[in-house]
Amino acid sequence: MQLYLPIAEVSINAFLLLGIGGLVGVLSGMFGVGGGFLITPLLFFVGIPPAVAVATSTNQIVASSFSALLAHLRRRTVDIPMGSVLLAGGLVGSALGVVLFNWLRARGQVDLLVQLSYVFFLGGVGMLMLVESLNALFRAHRKGGKRGRRKRHNWVHALPLRMRFRVSGLYISVIPPLAIGMMVGVLSAVMGVGGGFIMVPAMIYLLGMPTKVVIGTSLFQIIFVTAFTTMLHATTNYTVDMILALLLIVGGVIGAQLGTRIGAKLKAEQLRILLALLVLGVCLQLALGLVLRPSELYNVEVVETAREVAE
Amino acid sequence: MSPLALLLAVLLLVPLSAAAQDEAAGPRIPRGAPESAQRPPEQIVLGLSQDEVAITATFDGSDLLIFGAIRRVAEMDLDDLGVIVTVAGPSVPATVFRKERRLGIWINSNAVNVSQAPSFYAVAGTAPLDDILSATENLRQSVTIPRAIRAIGNSVENSGDYIAALIRLRQDDDLYQLLDEGVDLAEGTLFSTRIALPANIVEGNYTVRILLTRSGTVVDTYSTTIGVQKVGLERWLFNFAHEQAFFYGLTSLILAIAAGWAASALFGRLRR
Repeated sequence: MQLYLPIAEVSINAFLLLGIGGLVGVLSGMFGVGGGFLITPLLFFVGIPPAVAVATSTNQIVASSFSALLAHLRRRTVDIPMGSVLLAGGLVGSALGVVLFNWLRARGQVDLLVQLSYVFFLGGVGMLMLVESLNALFRAHRKGGKRGRRKRHNWVHALPLRMRFRVSGLYISVIPPLAIGMMVGVLSAVMGVGGGFIMVPAMIYLLGMPTKVVIGTSLFQIIFVTAFTTMLHATTNYTVDMILALLLIVGGVIGAQLGTRIGAKLKAEQLRILLALLVLGVCLQLALGLVLRPSELYNVEVVETAREVAE
Repeated sequence: MSPLALLLAVLLLVPLSAAAQDEAAGPRIPRGAPESAQRPPEQIVLGLSQDEVAITATFDGSDLLIFGAIRRVAEMDLDDLGVIVTVAGPSVPATVFRKERRLGIWINSNAVNVSQAPSFYAVAGTAPLDDILSATENLRQSVTIPRAIRAIGNSVENSGDYIAALIRLRQDDDLYQLLDEGVDLAEGTLFSTRIALPANIVEGNYTVRILLTRSGTVVDTYSTTIGVQKVGLERWLFNFAHEQAFFYGLTSLILAIAAGWAASALFGRLRR
């Protein structure tokens, strides 16, 4: 069934969009990731204009993260003060990101920025995850191997403006969480992602937060930052497509339930290796697009003028 | 009694239904007075399958049927006759980028700004355009696709390549169409053509032009507009998003949160 999307202004098969939402939902249920980093490139691929894809997927992330956050709040695994500090940074980053996005869009470089960000971050995070989980698998085979100390004292603990975070059991400077939050905010605006795949490792390895509060706290930050980003895109670019978002959300929630069931049958290490390979696959695909000579060297960008609204 | 009544009814009904049909499907009388006070020897009378194109939620392109007739004062030779139909969407500025390899990756480097390019342009003729339209008339009337695009004041070298690329890309998307022999001409009087509007057309007023040529010279033109517009839900959402962007964004968020919450509540209950 072809459906005409009012903001994207393209006609696309509704079941294809439900399918994309469902596929990403399965993966997010399996791996516990938001899936924004997969939705945005998939939307580019089916012909949604990049600006609409980025803005709409932030709206979709709000929906998919909300139910997960409710579960974490019930289990009290959310460090709200820490989340608020991350959020403060995130809001600033998101605003900067939208400004950067619009500036590059006017210069025809927004696709490049989005692709480069994806290659850089997915490549980095994918490699880290692969090495980590292969190590963990190796350790599991060689019984009795020493586990490395997770909490280390590094430069992060020498910074001023310290604050106590009771739930995480930390007494650290607010500068690193602010900086992490800000970076994630920029990524959210530019890449249309929640940024969990950056924030979670940063919270564990840089801030030394306990693993059980990391997911809930990052979800807390992600919901507010993506909601803010959605509002910024909706009011400055008019690029949030409500119909597109609803199709992705409906597909996503059904897929997520399926994914959770598949995920429960696999071992944690296996899951992480699979996720790392998936992330690296997406990264490689995008990298090839940048490096190989494109079959079409030219592209057309329509100059957006303030279009008159009829009636 | 009854045969008489039947006859009366038929006499009354025939002119009525004929008039009704005329109104429904009959060709329209050209609007506007001809340019010269003297009536030209040949004139175009036009009909359209529809006055407007409505973009609904299930819009997947639309076929536009353009038909008409040529009215003549006297019998004329038909050998050098040509009919050209053009359909042009609203013109908007566009930028054409060319990718170049910099530091190992392909990025947009040089760009040409096209001041006006129709978002949709189809041109159909009774024969290949070169045969029925002279170069001078093409310049004057801007009929062929390259002539419909205006690019002025470009300093980039070989900007012609960029324009050619613009045309090629839009032709691939069926946004620009060149239909040689796309117009059927019957008995030298009745012409008709079918233009397929793709699903990715933009809103606005589309200009339909008919040119009547004799030995490559335009002897009569006729133009009318067709409105292409989103209707219903599509219209409402588009206006909402542009006129009340803040509330639109807020509504999107509320819908998203409600959907996420409802789904988890529903599946939570199913699992129990």
